Amino acid sequence: MPDARSPMAAPRSFVWTRRIVLTVLTAFALAPVFVMVVSSLKPLQDVQGPFRWFPSGFTLRPYADIWHTVPLARYFVNSLLVAGGATLCSVAVAIFAAYAVSRYDFKGRRFFSVTILSTQMFPGILFLLPLFLIFVNLGNATGIALYGSRGGLILTYLTFSLPFSIWMLAGYFDSIPRDLDEAAMVDGCGPLGALFRVVVPAAVPGIVAVCVYAFMTAWGEVLFASVMTNDTTRTLAVGLQGYATQTDVYWNQVMAASLVVSVPVVAGFLLLQRYLVAGLTAGAVK
Amino acid sequence: MTATVPPVRHSSKTPSPGGRRAAGGRTPLSRLRLPARLRRASLPYVLLLPALALELLIHLVPMVVGVVMSFKELTQFFISDWSAAPWKGLDNYRVAVDFNAPVGEDLLKSFLVTCEFTVLAVGLSWLFGTAAAILMQDAFRGRGLLRAVFLVPYALPVYAAVITWSFMFQRDTGMINHVIHDQLHLTDGRPFWLIGDNSFFALVTVSVWRQWPFAFLCLMAGLQNIPRELYEAAAMDGAGIWQQIRRITLPSLRPVNQVLVLVLFLWTFNDFNTPYVLFGRAAPDAADLISIHIYQSSFVTWNFGSGSAMSVLLLLFLLVVTVLYLLATSLRRKDA
Amino acid sequence: MHITRTTAAATLAAALIASATACGGGSSTDGSGNGSPKELTYWASNQGASLEADKATLTPELEKFEKQTGIKVKLEVIPWSDLLNRILAAATSGQGPDVLNIGNTWSASLQATGALRPFDAKAFDAIGGKDRFVSSALGATGAEGKDPAAVPLYSLAYGLYYNKKMFADAGIANPPATWDELVADGKKLTKGGKYGLAVEGGNLSENVHHAFVFGKQHGADFFDASGKPTFTTPEAVTAVKQYIDFIAKDKITAPGNAEYAANQSVADFATGKAAMLLWQAAGSSLKSHGMKPEDYGVAQVPFQTAGASGDTAVNSMVAGINLAVFKKTDNVDGALKFVKFMTSDDEQKLLNGTYGSLPPVKAAQSDPAFATPDLKVLADALANSAAPLPQVANESQFETAVGTAMKDLFADAAAGKPVTTESVKAALEKAQQQMPAS
Repeated sequence: MPDARSPMAAPRSFVWTRRIVLTVLTAFALAPVFVMVVSSLKPLQDVQGPFRWFPSGFTLRPYADIWHTVPLARYFVNSLLVAGGATLCSVAVAIFAAYAVSRYDFKGRRFFSVTILSTQMFPGILFLLPLFLIFVNLGNATGIALYGSRGGLILTYLTFSLPFSIWMLAGYFDSIPRDLDEAAMVDGCGPLGALFRVVVPAAVPGIVAVCVYAFMTAWGEVLFASVMTNDTTRTLAVGLQGYATQTDVYWNQVMAASLVVSVPVVAGFLLLQRYLVAGLTAGAVK
Repeated sequence: MTATVPPVRHSSKTPSPGGRRAAGGRTPLSRLRLPARLRRASLPYVLLLPALALELLIHLVPMVVGVVMSFKELTQFFISDWSAAPWKGLDNYRVAVDFNAPVGEDLLKSFLVTCEFTVLAVGLSWLFGTAAAILMQDAFRGRGLLRAVFLVPYALPVYAAVITWSFMFQRDTGMINHVIHDQLHLTDGRPFWLIGDNSFFALVTVSVWRQWPFAFLCLMAGLQNIPRELYEAAAMDGAGIWQQIRRITLPSLRPVNQVLVLVLFLWTFNDFNTPYVLFGRAAPDAADLISIHIYQSSFVTWNFGSGSAMSVLLLLFLLVVTVLYLLATSLRRKDA
Repeated sequence: MHITRTTAAATLAAALIASATACGGGSSTDGSGNGSPKELTYWASNQGASLEADKATLTPELEKFEKQTGIKVKLEVIPWSDLLNRILAAATSGQGPDVLNIGNTWSASLQATGALRPFDAKAFDAIGGKDRFVSSALGATGAEGKDPAAVPLYSLAYGLYYNKKMFADAGIANPPATWDELVADGKKLTKGGKYGLAVEGGNLSENVHHAFVFGKQHGADFFDASGKPTFTTPEAVTAVKQYIDFIAKDKITAPGNAEYAANQSVADFATGKAAMLLWQAAGSSLKSHGMKPEDYGVAQVPFQTAGASGDTAVNSMVAGINLAVFKKTDNVDGALKFVKFMTSDDEQKLLNGTYGSLPPVKAAQSDPAFATPDLKVLADALANSAAPLPQVANESQFETAVGTAMKDLFADAAAGKPVTTESVKAALEKAQQQMPAS
């Protein structure tokens, strides 16, 4: 991977700043993870005991129990389907819209942008009930079950991430020189040809960032999922609360389950992160 | 919704005449018998259509319903038959903005707390994200791993992550007090973090922890589009690394920052999950964010009319701020 | 292409019109279009150790029911965190289950929404009569003077859990019977980092349950006969202050308890950090925190004076779960049959036995399964000295407003700020102002 910046050796002050800042940020990012790992390895009666850096009495039991207390595997698959579906649709729709916003000076452009953004300003808790009503009535009118289905949830989540995805992508598209797509059009590509042959490849880092954002929006959403899902379609974000039962809260299992389900996601990040630095330097140089 | 995508994609494969050859008239493969100029003019709208249709269905229509709700007396007596709920005119609004009465006073207080919280949380998240993104622009050993590590807070399920923080903030058994009191002896007694005034800082900490990876992600992607030649030219002029950051990196990030800061602002301002999991349904006064406040005024008290009125006020406020922000930043952009 | 888009647009438009005009007018019961009278949908609340365990407990019973009546029951066990929102959504849209569990403190609030089918005389006949139920449990099924919105299914009451060894070490022979004794014992037990009593100060519902009991004992009701809140009467202030004083004045409770909202008080009791705990059926939680049944005893929650009688002889709220029929069900007969089945003596014995709760059906209580020393104490409280929380439509607002006020007072007390009659009154005044005018 070539450096974006000059190959000139970095001065000591920079290297030291980098070491210190990154160390502090790593500690900040991982402190709760440390607590989670330690808590997930404790028997339940010790979980709420006083904090110690090196606690005694480890057990792997929670990692075995998590699968039986709640149907974790099913929730995981649901979350994956819902978040994956919402991400794909959201990013596809956003690419078209962002291209329009970035490359065309059409009438109503500003109005569209602000309207789209305004959807993020209304507290979710208040359109929960109206949306539920619309889904139920849509279901009654068309026979498509949106309420309680994964499709309904995908539809909902995709619109959650869509506005910011459009805005962010439009920002990335803006930073790609227009000469590039104009050159492509001179070569005989249509505007959409230019989009897919030039702009999209050049914007890969931005698109990956937006994918991650869209995925995580859907992955973590709690409120709508709690009302719009049932037994079979419940997602992880809601399902994890199932460890808090009437008689007990299995904190150690909550932590163990969270870690287990996060491992694939973090592994996905690890795979994706190299595309975050592809982009213009690699793709767009003709 | 996907049904609307194919036509667009299909036409992308069609060798389109393109604008500059439009005078030639019809294309051989043209099915739509529209003049090329009109096709060109309508293209942006076609591109926007799927996005618009979806937002209309999932957000705008429910929002309109929400606005209608705000004019009704929609209490628990009427939720199973909304049409029977009596109209209340502006009463819900009057109660919400009567700052001398308890409801309005609390709303105002909560609003101010939210503003403070948002400024602090967004500022710090942006700062952390920018610092990390810039410092990691050059390759060094372990950079890829560190990138994934920084995204971990983003990957953990909200519920579990925030619960973990609440463990850490517990007065008697938490990690925070263990470190600052038992090990570093910074405080006299063990402070409370989850109740009382300190809860504000607890909330800011958790919020920043959850948000900054997002800022980091966006900025890191944004950095990749800065042409290398700019740095090379600057280096030839004798600019050191710090000057390069100041003169090239930061200005180039401006378009990304414009969106990012706005996104973080809206997101933080409306954040519900973090305070809800951290404090339950009654947040301490010092951390009584407006989203929790509205939740209490609607779901807990089952008075959806009044909650909607507050939400509409919030919407108006955020809309004004957003428009002003966009005007200000766009002007600056043109100046630059 | 064109056609799909037009159709899609038309469908969308039609649906939007439908939703705009038919607000709240949902028709059938479940998303899967369950219109058959041979099928019911049942939303069960989480009662046991996990959702899966509940499913395993209930499924064989539902099969039994199907064998008896030919009606198939579709079960969904819903976690507490989601249940109320799911019910609200169901009430709004009309699309919900046929039969459902509700927390008994929600009864009056949900009754006011009209989403539940009232149990009139005919309905009670269909399930075997009103007299079969314990009367205190029946008191928590809706506003007075109205047909109940639900029937009791599982019941519970509060008891005073105490650590036998810590009591013996401190030379205390018997558990306290009055609050003065409790405070005196608590002071003896409070030493060396251990405390007399554990409370769940950050938990709004717990706070309100105790405020309610103290209020009853002082002769305070939090609502007057017309349903108006009366939080600031001297009796109510005394009641709330008495509870806060465990941290503020008596100092028999660790200040850290002010922030407890995740059952840390149970953990503290189980691990010997506190010698007493006021809780409902803590047995299984104590066990999972490593405390053996022989290590603790259960006694009646104290009164103000020994031998209290009449209205002040209340020492617990009526806790429990009710069973309700959704109004928009298309199968009333089947739903009532199912309610009858679930409240039958056999099912009551079996289910309450499994869940560690008490059957609100009199005939089932005599079963030896409920004759353990601790359950007997709780059953005694339920039958003789438990009162339902105010059955008013604004109950949930009450819990939030007063519970929050108490949480804030605990926070003040724990931070060492003085808690006086005036400051308690001011906090309750603020809580009262937050109550809806109606």
